[in-house]
Order: sequence, then C-alpha cells, then structure tokens
Amino acid sequence: MRLPHSHPLDLEHGRIDLSHGAGGRAMAQLIEDLFARELGNEFLAQGDDGARLPACTGPLVMATDAHVVSPLFFPGGDIGCLSVHGTINDVAVMGAQPLYLAASFVLEEGLPLAGLARIVASMAAAARAAGVPVVTGDTKVVERGKADGVFITTTGVGVRLAGIDVSGANARPGDAVLVSGPLGDHGMAIMSVRENLAFDAPIVSDTAALHGLIADLLAAAPDVRVLRDPTRGGLAATLNEIAHQSGVGIVLDEAAIPVRPAVAAACELLGLDPLDIASEGRLIAICPAAGAERALAALRAHPLGTEAVRIGEVIADERRFVQMKTRFGGRRMVDWLAGDALPRIC
Amino acid sequence: MCLAIPAMVVELCGKDEALVDLDGVRKRISLAMVDDVAVGDYVIVHVGFALQKLDVGEAEATLALLREIARAQQAAGEAGPAELP
Amino acid sequence: MKYVDDFRDGTVARALGAAIRAGARPDREYRLMEFCGGHTHAISRYGIADLLPPQVRLVHGPGCPVCVLPVGRIDQAIRLALEHGVILCTYGDTLRVPASGRLSLLRAKGRGADVRMVYSPLDALQVARANPAREVVFLAIGFETTTPPTAVAVKQARAEGLGNFSLLCNHVLTPAAMHAILAAPGGVRLDGFVGPAHVSTVIGSAPYEPFARDHGKPVVIAGFEPLDVMRAIQMLIRQIDDGRAEVENEFTRAVTAEGNRKAQALVAEVFELRDAFEWRGLGTVPASALRLRPAFAGFDAEARFAVPAVPVPDHRACECAAILRGEKRPQECRIFGTACTPDNPVGSCMVSSEGACAAHYTYGRFRVEAAPTETTRT
Repeated sequence: MRLPHSHPLDLEHGRIDLSHGAGGRAMAQLIEDLFARELGNEFLAQGDDGARLPACTGPLVMATDAHVVSPLFFPGGDIGCLSVHGTINDVAVMGAQPLYLAASFVLEEGLPLAGLARIVASMAAAARAAGVPVVTGDTKVVERGKADGVFITTTGVGVRLAGIDVSGANARPGDAVLVSGPLGDHGMAIMSVRENLAFDAPIVSDTAALHGLIADLLAAAPDVRVLRDPTRGGLAATLNEIAHQSGVGIVLDEAAIPVRPAVAAACELLGLDPLDIASEGRLIAICPAAGAERALAALRAHPLGTEAVRIGEVIADERRFVQMKTRFGGRRMVDWLAGDALPRIC
Repeated sequence: MCLAIPAMVVELCGKDEALVDLDGVRKRISLAMVDDVAVGDYVIVHVGFALQKLDVGEAEATLALLREIARAQQAAGEAGPAELP
Repeated sequence: MKYVDDFRDGTVARALGAAIRAGARPDREYRLMEFCGGHTHAISRYGIADLLPPQVRLVHGPGCPVCVLPVGRIDQAIRLALEHGVILCTYGDTLRVPASGRLSLLRAKGRGADVRMVYSPLDALQVARANPAREVVFLAIGFETTTPPTAVAVKQARAEGLGNFSLLCNHVLTPAAMHAILAAPGGVRLDGFVGPAHVSTVIGSAPYEPFARDHGKPVVIAGFEPLDVMRAIQMLIRQIDDGRAEVENEFTRAVTAEGNRKAQALVAEVFELRDAFEWRGLGTVPASALRLRPAFAGFDAEARFAVPAVPVPDHRACECAAILRGEKRPQECRIFGTACTPDNPVGSCMVSSEGACAAHYTYGRFRVEAAPTETTRT
C-alpha cells in the first residue's frame, strides 16, 4: 500500500535535502518513487532490511567497490551504470557468474533529483541488461560539501564456475597475455570533460559488464589462468599486480598494444602514458601459450572483444618486472605509476 | 621538459585564439606568441599556447633525410627488416 | 599523429642505430649530455640506449624544471596556501614534489590548502576572475618555453586590472645552467650536448654559440621525438670525430637561428634577470633566473606576501649534484631505489619522471639489477 505523501516527488526541479535521509516519510517516498520504481524486482519488493535469496550451488564469490567519479555524467556513461559494471566485473574476473548486487548511496544535500533519477535509471538499465538485479540497498544523505553529489557502493555476489581456477597468482612463464580491446578510453573520456582540462574528443567510456565475454572465453578456454580488468592505474598497474602475485615477469610488445588514436593524442597533449589510464570494460586474460589462439577467437567472437589481441608473454623473473619491447627494438620497464596520473607540462 | 606537440589549426576564433586538432582531439589555444597563423598550419602547442609554427617543408626534408640514411644503411647490409616507409 | 608518429618509426630507428654503430669509432668514448628532460624521457621510453654502441654514453642533464626547483620554493608556495589562505594554482608536475616537513602541495591540500591544478597560466587567470574575493597565486615553473605564456598571463592580468592575481616566479634559463655545468670545479668530462628542442624554438640556436666557440663543445639542437635524438647523436659523433665544435640544428622544422622574436619580446617586457638563483643539484647559479620587472611588481607574490624562500639543504647521501653534472650514474648513488624512489623521492633527480634517477628507476632498472633466470625469454 502506498504511503500518504502530500506532494509527489518533484523530479524536475527538486533537490535532495536532509529529510531524504532521515528515515521519515520523505525518505520512504524517495525510495518508493525513485529507487524501487527503477530498480524494482522480486527481492527488492520483499521490503525488508535485507534480501532473502534462493540457495545456490557452488562456492560463492563476493566483491565490493565504492564508486566516486567526477563529473557524474561523462561521454559514454555515468556513475550509475559504472557502479553496476564495476562490481559485476570484479565478480566475473574471479571466474564467477555474478548473481546479485547490493547498492548503497551517499547523497549530498542539494543534489538535483533529476540528476539522481537519471543515475538510478542508468543503473537499472545496466543491471537489467546484465541480468544481475540490485536486490537490496541503502541511502544516506550528508550535508552539502561533505560529498561530491553522489557516491555509490555496490557489492556483488556470484557463484564460481565449475572447473575454473583463475587468480592473479596463477601466471606461469611462457603464458600469453591477451587484452580484449583498446586501452584507456574510460579514463580519457572522463578527463576530456573535467572542468580544468576540457578538450573535445571523439572518446567515449568503454564501461561495460564483462561477465558475458568472460563466460564465452572460459567456455572455449577453461585453462585461462588469470583474469583482470585494468581499471585504476591502467594496464601498467594491473600487470605489475599480477607479476607480483604470481612471482613472474611479463614482457609486452609495444607495437601490439591497442590504443585508439584519439586516446593516444589526448595522452600526448596531457603528458600521460596510455598504459596508466583506466578502462572499465576491458579484460586482461593470461593463458597457456598453446591455448592463446583459441582464447583470442572466443574473445573476438563476442561484441565486447572484437578488437582482442595478444600483447605479451609471461617470463621467469624473480624481480617480478614488467618490461616492454619498444617499437624501436629497445626495451624498457613498465612500472607502477608513482602517485596519480596527473597531466604534466614537462 | 617542455612537453609540446604539433597540432593542426582548424579554426581561428577571436583575437589571438585558435582551435587545433590532434587526431580528433580539439582544444582551444592562444596565438599570442605567433604571427600570421592560418587554418591548415601546424603549430607546436605548449601549456595552451602555440609556441611556434611548424615548418612543414623542413619536417618533410628531415624525414626524407632520415629515411635516406636508413636506406643507405640497409643497402650497406647491416640493418634489420626490409620495408622502410 | 602527423609529424609525430613519423619521427617514431621503429624501422628507420633500427637502421639509424646500425648507421651510428657503423660510424662510431670503436677506440673512444663519446660522452654526450642531453640537457633536457624531454630527451631523457624519449631515450628511456623508447629504449634508445639499446640501439647505440657501448662507447656512446648518454649523460642526463638538469633540464627538468621540476627537478631543479629548490625545496625552499615549494615550501614558499605551501605557506602561501596554508598560512595566507591564497588559492594556489600550478601545473600538475609540481603537485607531488616533496617539500619540508614531509609535505608537498598535494599533501598540503589534504591539510586544507586550496591548491588547484591548471593546464595553462590562462586557467589561473580564470580562477582569479571567478574568485574576486580571494588572492590567487600562480606558482610558475619552467624554462624559456614556459616563460612567454606566463608573461602573456601577467600582461593580461594587468590589462584587466585583476588585482587578486599574482605570480610566484621560478622561471629559469637554460644557457646559464649549461655554463654552470661546464664551470664545475675540476671540470666535467663531456664531449658534446644534445641541445634543447622547445626551449630553442623560443631562444633560437644562437645562444649556444659560446659552448661551441669558447668551450669547444659541439651542440646539436634536436627535437624530442626518438628519431630526432638518434640523428642528433649521429651528428655529434661526426663533429667529434672531425674535431669540430659547432652549433648544428637537427630540429629545423621548429627552430631558427633567431628563435621566436615575439615570444622573446613578451618575456623582455615582463621579466628581468635575477642576480642569482638557487637550483636543486647545481647550487646557486648567477644570472640564471627571471623575476618580474618593477612595472609589474604589483603582480609579484614574493613582494605581496611575507614568505621568503628559505634554502633547504639536500639530503647528505644524495648524489644528485654529481649525477646532474654527469659524474655519476643514478645507480651509483647509495640511496637510489632504496630510500629514494619515485614514490618517496629524496633527491631532485627522482622527483619528476624526466629526472635522470626517476627515468632510470621507471624505465631502465632492469638493465642493472640481477638478470632473471631465463627460461622462456626470447
């Protein structure tokens, strides 16, 4: 039964105020008219403090991710779909089928309801498209200035696929390193709309849910050893993490690493290295060299992996260095980024 | 030091300003340091300013020389793979 | 990227490398200093050292404005932001530079300082326009390339009557630093210089004549793309073998003998020489930096706020001074890669990715650390 609200939610001109987080009627109205309406599913409809979920077979995987992004809307996406994709991907790269999401919102006083409605609708669309419902959630409101519009934390639960053993610790010398498509689109799309950098570029975020691509890959190549999505810190950070976890070295072939021309150009303009820039819909896979072609074919057969390529190999190296054969025939290290990827002038 | 990159001028806008293009990336820059810039020119961009016009003829001459040195070296038989641009 | 990718062609590079190997005399060493961090970066990032013969030794110079900025000048900026409450605008490069008391501009931001990254000095003007009730200080760094844009910003501020904008000026001069390197007590073993790219677009090739004429050191001005650097190395080797010491220009597509007169005039109108300036690693160098002319004194943050630069001595174990002069290699410093890393830089050469130590740490340290147990490497 609907609660007796005096006024309907003003999704055109309204703004979040502290009453939306105070536990009273305003909060109930926000949840009912915005969150429940968009995200609605049988579990959310239970209306309790948590969701009662059916039993599932197989070991569980759980991942959580806080999403903070400025600006909230960027070419190719927004914080809403990003918060769904990010956590689905964290579960999926564990070799699991994502099943459910929980979402927790921190809203800043003054946030326009129209913007929030767009974000929640985008989240709902992403969850529906992925087939992974948001089954429980929470909303808090903080005073103006204590948050940046909206922060969304999502937690995902999934079940591990049978016969799959992927881990960042599993890379072995001789393995092939694959990537599902061009790097850095997401990070550069965000930078292109940052107030202090603004440039026009035909760059859109690659944000996407990768569990379908991963399922196809693992069906064709169950011997894949490592799966990761190169988010913060880009390819460089992701591969250094894997090298450390597995106790191996990695040698990349610079000429093979896919980067879109506009992303490369923006990097030149800002003094950044595309290898350090985040993607949100790309997959790194490491598999035995013998199975690399099969794995690549599976990736390329999926719409999110049409540009998949092999970019390097795992070597034995106690120092756990990631190196790169340059286009010049020389070699260099690919190190972790020191600090943040800040645009530089020199 | 002094990160700078050549970009093509695609539009002159207002006093001492231009829109430049680098592989689809477009940015508004200042022309306060250079004279007589026209659409189609290449300028070297640093901290939002055109530092200098790029002399396209000299650029092509330098590239031709580099390729010639490389070709001669290949002919002398010490270089690697065959196809030079 | 037109006129960029062409100068990064790997096939041409390999052949050019072969030509350099074939042309260099096997019985001598060529010690060449690339003054600029831009060249250091290209050499490291493209692995150029692997294409050169062993007798060519590249010495990384001090041409990185972040690396040579003394700690005391960053301290000054931090105090302006923390104690005087100004909005401190600066390039992304300077945000992580370590200052006294384990601070940096980024960490000062965490303590409440209003520090904003800008891409252009004109963006700092925009911050001043948008915040008329606040003082806005632009922490300006850089060599001759970056100085004219600062001059344009200061002139613009005056034209608009932007009374809340001022400049913390750290602009430095390339030829003065090259002189300081050559004047080091006991001399320095260098056979020639790879001359600056973008600095030279502004100042031209003429200011390097004294290095060739008086010091007998050949200078080849080179672009920052890897093929430019390799061609300049080849030109230097030829000069050295011929017994010549001349200023040659590889970067003819952007550099002329006289440089950019309009930019020079802008700088001359707004700035004048400082008697001396402290450089990290090189110490106090006479006539090596600029300050605002009296006519622009109203825009000088140093005159406006009582924040003198207090010199801070470098760490005792730090070998930056010797490394900047080409006397030592980064890996010969005791604290390289241990106490001093890009994440926690102690010395100036580790501060920016263009510094000699940071470039070696980030791109080249696999060469000198214990070799891997090779099993599958090809």
